[in-house]
Formats: sequence, C-alpha cells, structure tokens
Amino acid sequence: MRRLSSVFLLCMALVLVIGATAAVGAKPVLKVGTSADFPPFEFQDEKTGAFLGFDIDLIRAIGAAAGMEVQIVNTAWDGLIPGLLTGNYDCIMSAMTITDERLKAVAFSDPYVSAGQVIVTQAKDSSIQTVEDLEGKKISVQIGTTGDLAASDIKNAIVKRFNMAPDAIQEVRNGGAAACIIDLAVAAEIAQEYKDIKFGEPFTMEYYGIAIRKNNADLVKKIDKALASIKVSGEYDKIYADWFGQN
Amino acid sequence: MALDFSIIPGIIPALLVGTRMTIGLAVIAVAIGLVIGSFAGIARVGANRAARVITSVYVDFIRGTPLLVQLFLVYFGLPTLIGRPVPPFIAAIAAMGINSGAYIAEIVRAGIQSVDRGQMEAARSLGLTYSQSMRYIIFPQALRRIIPPLGNEFIAMLKDSSLVSVIALEELLRKGQVVITRTFRPFEVYMVVALIYLAMTLAISRLVSWSERRLRVVD
Repeated sequence: MRRLSSVFLLCMALVLVIGATAAVGAKPVLKVGTSADFPPFEFQDEKTGAFLGFDIDLIRAIGAAAGMEVQIVNTAWDGLIPGLLTGNYDCIMSAMTITDERLKAVAFSDPYVSAGQVIVTQAKDSSIQTVEDLEGKKISVQIGTTGDLAASDIKNAIVKRFNMAPDAIQEVRNGGAAACIIDLAVAAEIAQEYKDIKFGEPFTMEYYGIAIRKNNADLVKKIDKALASIKVSGEYDKIYADWFGQN
Repeated sequence: MALDFSIIPGIIPALLVGTRMTIGLAVIAVAIGLVIGSFAGIARVGANRAARVITSVYVDFIRGTPLLVQLFLVYFGLPTLIGRPVPPFIAAIAAMGINSGAYIAEIVRAGIQSVDRGQMEAARSLGLTYSQSMRYIIFPQALRRIIPPLGNEFIAMLKDSSLVSVIALEELLRKGQVVITRTFRPFEVYMVVALIYLAMTLAISRLVSWSERRLRVVD
C-alpha cells in the first residue's frame, strides 16, 4: 500500500509538471461554445467530424488576430448561454442574434453579420406567403431561437420545438408542420439539398454577435478589436465570399 | 451567478401545462400497459405454447431495448412502413404503452406465480375451470403482490415520459427547457421541475401504501 501510494504521488507530480510546461509555453486558449447543427454557419463534416462553417472560419480568424488558440466546444443550442454563464467556455459563436432579452444575461461583441427569419414551407404549398398566413397553423422551430420567439407570438399557432434546426425543417417535409421559421442562410443551405421545400423573403432584420460573459469586458474589447482588424485586412470579405458568394 | 428565485411564480403556469401532459402520458401508458400486460402475463404461465413464445419474444425485445429507441421506431420508423405520418401524441402513448405492457407482464406473471400452487389445485378440485380459478381465486390474491411493483412502474413511466421531448411533445421537462431559453436561469428552473416530479412520485407512493393497507384487510 505504501509502495502504491508513492507511485501514485510520483505519477501525479509528473502530470502536474507536464501540464504546467504545456500551459506556460502555449498561447492563451479561447474556448468557443457552438451548436454545430446550423449550416452554413456551423456544422460538422459527416465523415471526419471536423467543424466547418462561416462562424467557424470567422472565429478562427478572430482568434488568430487576437493571438489566441481557438478550441471549439460543441453543445446543444439551448444550453449555450447557460454553459457560458457557468464558464464551460469563454464565448459563444453560433449564429446567435443580438436581442434585448439575451443582453440581460450576456454581453455581445459588435455585430458580425446580418440575418433574417424566413418561412419555410413545402414547395407545393402556396397557401402561406406572409406571417399573417401562419395564424392557427402548426409551426416548427428550433427551441430558443429568434424563430421560436417569433412563432410563439403568432396568434393561435401551435409551435413545435425541436432541438436541432434540420429536424425543424424535416418536420415540414414530413407534413408534421405547415411551416418552419428559421434563419435565411440555413433555409437556403438546406433547400439546396431538398428540392421539396421553399422559403420566402426574410421578415425580420437581425444581427449575429459573439456572446461573452458580462464580467469579461476585456474579452469583449479583444474580440471587437480582432473583428475590426480582419474587416480592414480583407480577411472577413474573403471568408464571407467563401460561404455566401459575392456580397 | 446569484440565484434568482423571483422568476418562479412566473414560470409555474407553463410548467403546470407540461405537468398535465406528463401525468396524461403516464396514466394512458400504464392503462394500455395493464391491458396488454395482464393478457401477456397470464399467457406466459398458461398452457398454450404459441402464446408463451410470442409473449416471451415481446417481453424480451421491449426489456432489451431502450424506450427512446422504441419511441423512434414508432415515430420515425412506422411512417415509412405505413406511408403516413404518426401524430406525436399517438406515437408517444403507443410506444410507452407497449413498453409498459412488457414490464407489467412480468409483474403480473410474478404475482400469479407467487400464489400458492395449492390454491389452483383446490379450486380445480372444487370443479372450477382454469379460467374461473384464475378469475375468482388466483388473480385476486395475486393483486396484492402486483400493486406495489405496479406503483413503481407508474413512477417509472412518469419519469420516462420526459423522453417524448425528442418528438416535440411538450411535457414537464421540455416546458422547463423552453422556460430556460426565455429566462437563462437553468438551476432555478430545473430545481422547480425536479420538485414537481418529486411531488408526483411521492403522491403515487402514498397511493400505493394506502391501497396495500386496504387489500390487507381483505386477506
């Protein structure tokens, strides 16, 4: 038993030394929380599991400009802000719209892209053109998104909340919901693959931001500065063009 | 982060709507399960070999696979077979009812087998048929042994009902998650959700104890 505990202590000491040297030498780490179910902003490569998307490229560029090493933490969308508040990661980069409600809980960086909610319906359904047409209908959304909030305000609508954005669109394809309210870019991306759905013009104007804990003003400044610098250097435009074509 | 319990009164109405769904699902699931389970349990100890085999396969499959998988099979798998979508509520009570039926079958079987062999022999020698013996002599005595585990099964269904959130049914847990996306206060909300589940399961336990005492009087 004595022998065992000395071996154990030796191992612990080794681990601590190795860990300390690793920490001292490396760049500061920026842990980024995301919900990788939202193409083209963040999603996973089917085969390799690598994280891809506009947001992913952008946060890596921001990290590089700020001299930090980016670590992606993939988690459920509706657990993102609670996870940030408990410190599981340092910021959220996940196509998150800046809203007054969210500003009560977290701080946001400067907006980094604009977006809007659209209505997705089956391609053969022409009965729903505007938000007013959604009254009394079944609407599928991703839980906790601005689409969820928009749908919840529609009179007599039955809102079906799904954990992941693609599931909400699938519900429309299955006929379980008349329409889905979701971000324009995501609808466009998924409609490229499935020809049996269509979507209209955006009916809201929103801006995505990077969420950061309120008591971490330093990080907000760092990220804003880095974001500004990559806009000046043209790297932002390059990443935007990669994912969305010409502006 | 400091805890903010002032949000609790505001969230209770939404949580109670979810609670109604949870209780409804559990009650219907156990009701369906009782019907299936009684027949299956009796078949398991009966003379008919085919019935014994079929119910064994049923019980083994259900107990050997997770309820979540069974739920997906009914909600996502069945529509591809029958060509029509299955409404979420129907899928939920079907999956939960079939699941409950397998566990109740075992509960019923164990209850029946726990009744003294002598009771059946005495009943038969008095001239009762097998069915009459089961109905008037065996089953009433088995009931005393069946009630407590049945209460456990109901409690299990109450808690398992939280799985239906994956097919967008809003029961208690899911309503809690929706509330969290509006308030960003997971600890306070989940605490209230847990307390509501606890209130339901404690109520069931009380009910089981009460019915045990009542049945003892008959014994």
